[in-house]
Amino acid sequence: MNFDRIKEKLEILADAAKYDVSCSSSGGKRKNTGGLGNSSASGICHTYTEDGRCVSLLKILLTNYCIYDCAYCVSRSSNDIKRAGFTVQEVVDLTINFYRRNYIEGLFLSSGIFKNADFTMERLVRVAKKLRLEENFNGYIHLKSIPGASDELMQEAARYADRLSINLEVPTESGLRLLAPEKNRQDMLNPMKFIQNGIQQYKDEKKILKKVPKFAPAGQSTQMIVGATNENDLQIIKVADYFYKNYDLKRVYYSGYVPVLEDKRLPSLTTEVPMLRENRLYQSDWLMRFYGFKANEIVNENHPFLDLEIDPKLSWALRNLDQFPVNLQTADYQMILRIPGIGVKTAKKIVSSRRFQILNIDHVKKMGAAVNRAKYFIDFKAGNDFLKYLTNQKLRNLLIGGSSSKFHHPFSKQLNLF
Amino acid sequence: MIILSYDGSFEGLLTAFFEVFEYRFQDFEIVNKANYHQENMFSEIHEVITQSEKSERILKKLEKNIGKSGILYLLKVFFSENQNLERLIFSAIKQSVENPHQNILQNYADNDILEIAKIVKSVNRERHRMTAFVRFEKMKDGIYFAKIAPDFNVLPLIRKHFEDRYQDQKWMIFDLKRNYGIFYDLETCDFFYPNENFNFKDIEDSYHEEEDFYQTLWQRYFKKTNITERKNIKLHLQHVPKRYWKYLTEKN
Repeated sequence: MNFDRIKEKLEILADAAKYDVSCSSSGGKRKNTGGLGNSSASGICHTYTEDGRCVSLLKILLTNYCIYDCAYCVSRSSNDIKRAGFTVQEVVDLTINFYRRNYIEGLFLSSGIFKNADFTMERLVRVAKKLRLEENFNGYIHLKSIPGASDELMQEAARYADRLSINLEVPTESGLRLLAPEKNRQDMLNPMKFIQNGIQQYKDEKKILKKVPKFAPAGQSTQMIVGATNENDLQIIKVADYFYKNYDLKRVYYSGYVPVLEDKRLPSLTTEVPMLRENRLYQSDWLMRFYGFKANEIVNENHPFLDLEIDPKLSWALRNLDQFPVNLQTADYQMILRIPGIGVKTAKKIVSSRRFQILNIDHVKKMGAAVNRAKYFIDFKAGNDFLKYLTNQKLRNLLIGGSSSKFHHPFSKQLNLF
Repeated sequence: MIILSYDGSFEGLLTAFFEVFEYRFQDFEIVNKANYHQENMFSEIHEVITQSEKSERILKKLEKNIGKSGILYLLKVFFSENQNLERLIFSAIKQSVENPHQNILQNYADNDILEIAKIVKSVNRERHRMTAFVRFEKMKDGIYFAKIAPDFNVLPLIRKHFEDRYQDQKWMIFDLKRNYGIFYDLETCDFFYPNENFNFKDIEDSYHEEEDFYQTLWQRYFKKTNITERKNIKLHLQHVPKRYWKYLTEKN
């Protein structure tokens, strides 16, 4: 084995894969019977890079040679960069040896498209198959679905991988036509629909038959680049909501555009990564998935952009003051979840401990609520002095003054970007 | 005041609790024999002899009231090595005995229960970190060896995780702070207590020839998968506090 060559390939192909945000290793339920590895339901982040992102999987491209020339992608064919490609065996060896040392939960394998969709997809599937059948590997495998790949290959991919994903990349079709004229939406949607149907079929068969071969047990996900075209948050959240509902996606990832290439269709190289906007989108995504909010409660025609100054839940509360105050002793769990400053864990603690005693603001504070925000919206049996501010014109300012954003940065250009 | 001194084991602690009820002690304190230094000349020492019949009776009662998961919850307080662990676990048990039909562990408005919940949260976090931060190094004899120094005594809590995951390789995880480990030899997975001849120097001299290669690859991967334009050291440190760096291959 040529050490220096492997090292160089790993450097090139990890560097090219890093813009894919997904690193989730959750949702797999593979058990280990005498072999190597399993996947735990909640996933494990084995380390974090200096940008604060989780490292759970060995995330690499099989190759960064690519026939496509998508404007937003570092590996686009017209970009003058070092190219490399791994052999199937090299990826297998890296995965196994990293896994045995407890560096990773598994493999996330993507690829540039060489020759055509099926040719590329076939190689990805071969890596997964070899890991499962020859190495008896039960760790997590996330494969990229290549747009335009055939149903037969997708069937095989779903059998060996835990998760499959295909990136929408650009939220709007017009944006996609502008930045990636060789790609079309339908080629992305077909494999996604095929996997969705396969998962449903697996669930149906599982009810009747005892042994059904696994089919992408950790489901599908996708990713959208934020800030490369001029879409608004309403468009992004609508797309996310549509895919959650119509394709049963497990996750939608939002990736603030990192300007790496000079192109007149894209924001200039000096543009800051829109990290705050990205954060607000994730907060909104959480509201939809865990807090029972509907997409149109978060953004709508009247409010097409997320408020960058305050989080989307607080923003909803300020637009819907008639829903407050919420009495913590008597309100529904669902309504407690909607109180700014109270998260899922605190809401659960409130609901379980109020059976034992009458709650007051100190209890709620100790349970972990962000009382600086929550105090204006909650009521107790004994009353709450802060409620006098609920109808005050300056409530918004009081709230902003009472909390410090981790994104606060006096010369930030982020607000001017849009 | 009566000082109940026990042998430091969970069984011993439960025996002590049983005896508090048995002898109806009112003004008492339970202390681990290993931590006890006689300070109070006026207190009476009651030495607790660990007896499984007594500890079993407490466990049985607890299982009925708060379930197996409730017992594991209190066991985590024990593994926290918190200096108030005896008082806190006793408080929970007493509340449970007094309210047998409720799961008193859910009453977060009680100060002791809330403190217990916080300790359990920290222990769970440390347990989770150890499933993530263990870094095995391959030895000449094929054994994968890892050193850890966790904030709490979490080895017993991670054993099953590693036993399930690594079944076709021999491995050992050693807690340097508490001087014991877990060893899996392809058949059994047991706690390992070193004798005087056990020498870390020997281990460090006998890495497998591949080891350096894969460590370098992992370090390079760690560097390359980072997006420099998004640098956020504060967040990085929050997730990977400096005290763990010593044992993390990618941070060396």
